[in-house]
Amino acid sequence: MSRSPGRKQENHKISRELFVLTYGALVAQLCKDYEKDEDVNDCLDRMGYSIGVRLIDDFLARSAVKKCRSYSETADMIAQVAFKMYLGVTPSVSCNSATGNEFSLILDKNPLVDFVEELPAERASLCYCNLLCGVIRGALEMVHLAAEVSFLQDRLKGDAVTEIGITFLRKPEDKKHRRN
Amino acid sequence: TPVHRGKSPVLERALGRPRSELSLAAFALLFSELVQYCQRRVASVAELQARLAQLGHHVGLRALDALVARERPGRRETKVLGVLLFVKGPLWRALFGREADKLEQANDDERTFYVIEREPVVNTFVSVPRENSSLNCAAFAAGLLEAVLGAAGFPARVSAHWHKGTTLMIKFDEAVIARDKSLEGR
Repeated sequence: MSRSPGRKQENHKISRELFVLTYGALVAQLCKDYEKDEDVNDCLDRMGYSIGVRLIDDFLARSAVKKCRSYSETADMIAQVAFKMYLGVTPSVSCNSATGNEFSLILDKNPLVDFVEELPAERASLCYCNLLCGVIRGALEMVHLAAEVSFLQDRLKGDAVTEIGITFLRKPEDKKHRRN
Repeated sequence: TPVHRGKSPVLERALGRPRSELSLAAFALLFSELVQYCQRRVASVAELQARLAQLGHHVGLRALDALVARERPGRRETKVLGVLLFVKGPLWRALFGREADKLEQANDDERTFYVIEREPVVNTFVSVPRENSSLNCAAFAAGLLEAVLGAAGFPARVSAHWHKGTTLMIKFDEAVIARDKSLEGR
């Protein structure tokens, strides 16, 4: 992609409001185009996936992190580095299973809902931030980690917290090479 | 079981200073998905631009109140020049991180003004194939600006053009210019 030198993009930031409102415009448009909440949620997830597979490049380039050696390190990386870098917040991480492959990110603050007071009555099952799940899933896939990502709890739906669940899926080959 | 909806206390919170800025890359990718989504559902470039303008409209309407409350507390622009300078400066800076490059008036038309940007921030990761020559991003900004001007009491039509970079052409309603003139007369 060639572009005339012009002004250098020293300012690699954009206003949070522009980002958040644009996301809101997207969700609003999807709600106009799709009757069912599940369809909107799916669409958001797919778009998020598409963003995630490209965002990972930007992340790796800017964070220069070393390869994660465990699922736990990966979850920490997502919460403490990636979320911080792209949304300016740091969700807390907890491990949900003894098998060590299920994690939760608890979002205390979520910029995407800065301007959202509540879900409309007819959209009670809408996962407003479902884009995030797709982003995480897509980004992980590009570093060869398969995962299921979804919202386990959502403040907008009346839950106490907003919680994203990440379940790392073991690849079938792993079983063959396991030592124990 | 009925699904409960949570009500966030967002309306009770103070407005405060604009918090952190976010990554341009994240916005650019979001915007790219937005454009692709619209592209899949339209049949022409004109329709695409209209869709993007609609989305920009949605954003503009909501951006104005918070912005005015922060930047111009207790005051409202009443003159055309005032609102244009507000757009070129504070509004553009608050949304795109920098002022628009130029503000010009048409030589032959007192209703028409131009907001010019050599390289709009939203265009950063957009490359338009020759055969399309569509103004994806600028259409979004045009819709945004149109909503802002309308909500601020200066109804206008705003369109996007390839000129000196990207130019947003603002054509105010007759009534706006007439009102401005009568204000000057006092």
